[in-house]
Amino acid sequence: MSTIEHAADLPAWAALAVSFFLVIGAGLTLIGTIGFVRLPTFYERIHAPTLGTSWGTGGIVMASMIFFTVLSTRLVVHEILIGIFVTVTTPVTLMLLARATLHRDRVEGNPGVPGEAPAETGEGDGAAAGAD
Amino acid sequence: MLPYPLLSASLVLMWLALNGFTLGHLILGSIVAVFTSWGMASLRPAKPRMPKWYLLPKLVAIVLYDIVRSNIAVASILVAGRGKRFKSGFITVPLDLQSPTALAVLAVVVTSTPGTAWLEYNSLSRTVLIHVLDLVDEAEWQALIKGRYEALLMEIFE
Amino acid sequence: MSQMILSWSMMFAQVCLVVAMALAALRMSRGPRAQDRVLALDTLYVNSMLLLMVFGIRTGKVIYFEASLVIGMLGFVATVALAKFLMRGEVIE
Repeated sequence: MSTIEHAADLPAWAALAVSFFLVIGAGLTLIGTIGFVRLPTFYERIHAPTLGTSWGTGGIVMASMIFFTVLSTRLVVHEILIGIFVTVTTPVTLMLLARATLHRDRVEGNPGVPGEAPAETGEGDGAAAGAD
Repeated sequence: MLPYPLLSASLVLMWLALNGFTLGHLILGSIVAVFTSWGMASLRPAKPRMPKWYLLPKLVAIVLYDIVRSNIAVASILVAGRGKRFKSGFITVPLDLQSPTALAVLAVVVTSTPGTAWLEYNSLSRTVLIHVLDLVDEAEWQALIKGRYEALLMEIFE
Repeated sequence: MSQMILSWSMMFAQVCLVVAMALAALRMSRGPRAQDRVLALDTLYVNSMLLLMVFGIRTGKVIYFEASLVIGMLGFVATVALAKFLMRGEVIE
């Protein structure tokens, strides 16, 4: 296993911080995806990838920012753009997908889905879906 | 000249960030930003109002803290897996927010914290359907969303 | 010493992300319904974006960050179009 050449003059604290954020980010992404495979229903599965898009992306972006700022090889802007982009777009895709799923479930008449136009407040108990 | 100053400014900044900070790119990015904001103005005349924009950092701090906390909570649920039972379910939360921008921000906040997902907003009854991964007490989640996020958003946008 | 930790943690991050991509692909092939497959595709896109960023740190080249921006943007547009298709049955109305 060779060391990384262009990181040769990286100070020890920065190397440790970069390693920490890389491991946290990638580990949380992996945990999220494991949950994505293991959870039983779609509405539970929709929570799992947000681990990867919140702290998974955040950790790797932080690692990259620390790495390139300390080495000062280039300006750190691409990472910030990627972070903002992921934060803004993930809720949009998840919301669209969830609404499409609700629509499909209602059309097919599947059980465990709250009905169209939840009329009054505090009605959620009867419609709550079980864990599996 | 500039109907949306914030949009134009962020477009110029993004153009410079992607292409490098030179005078030529500053001029080119400014031209792009001006024309884009004209196009935006012809698309949507309603401007988002933000009277108390200085409270935004407080919102960002709260949301970042909650994201870290719920990341840990959801990760421990997923790692524990089958052994520890958890109950997920839908809750409906009545909202007093009116401004579309504030609703959009609330949707982004709720969805990007792991463990809660914003499903759909009903503009007639003004309720929102939210799916919660670890639903222990429904009233507690409703109070959390109303008290922690909605009150602050009401203050910022209305 | 710290160099060793750095290179091992990069290796670890790459392995984690590749396994995550494989799991997302497993969910995509397993389904059971169309929305699960679309969500799996979105997860696959995000994971490949993160993998490209780790490549970028490892090689120190800017081109990987451009690539991951493009992949993120493509993933967003693809997922939105597919969700719209699931909702209405057609993409363009």
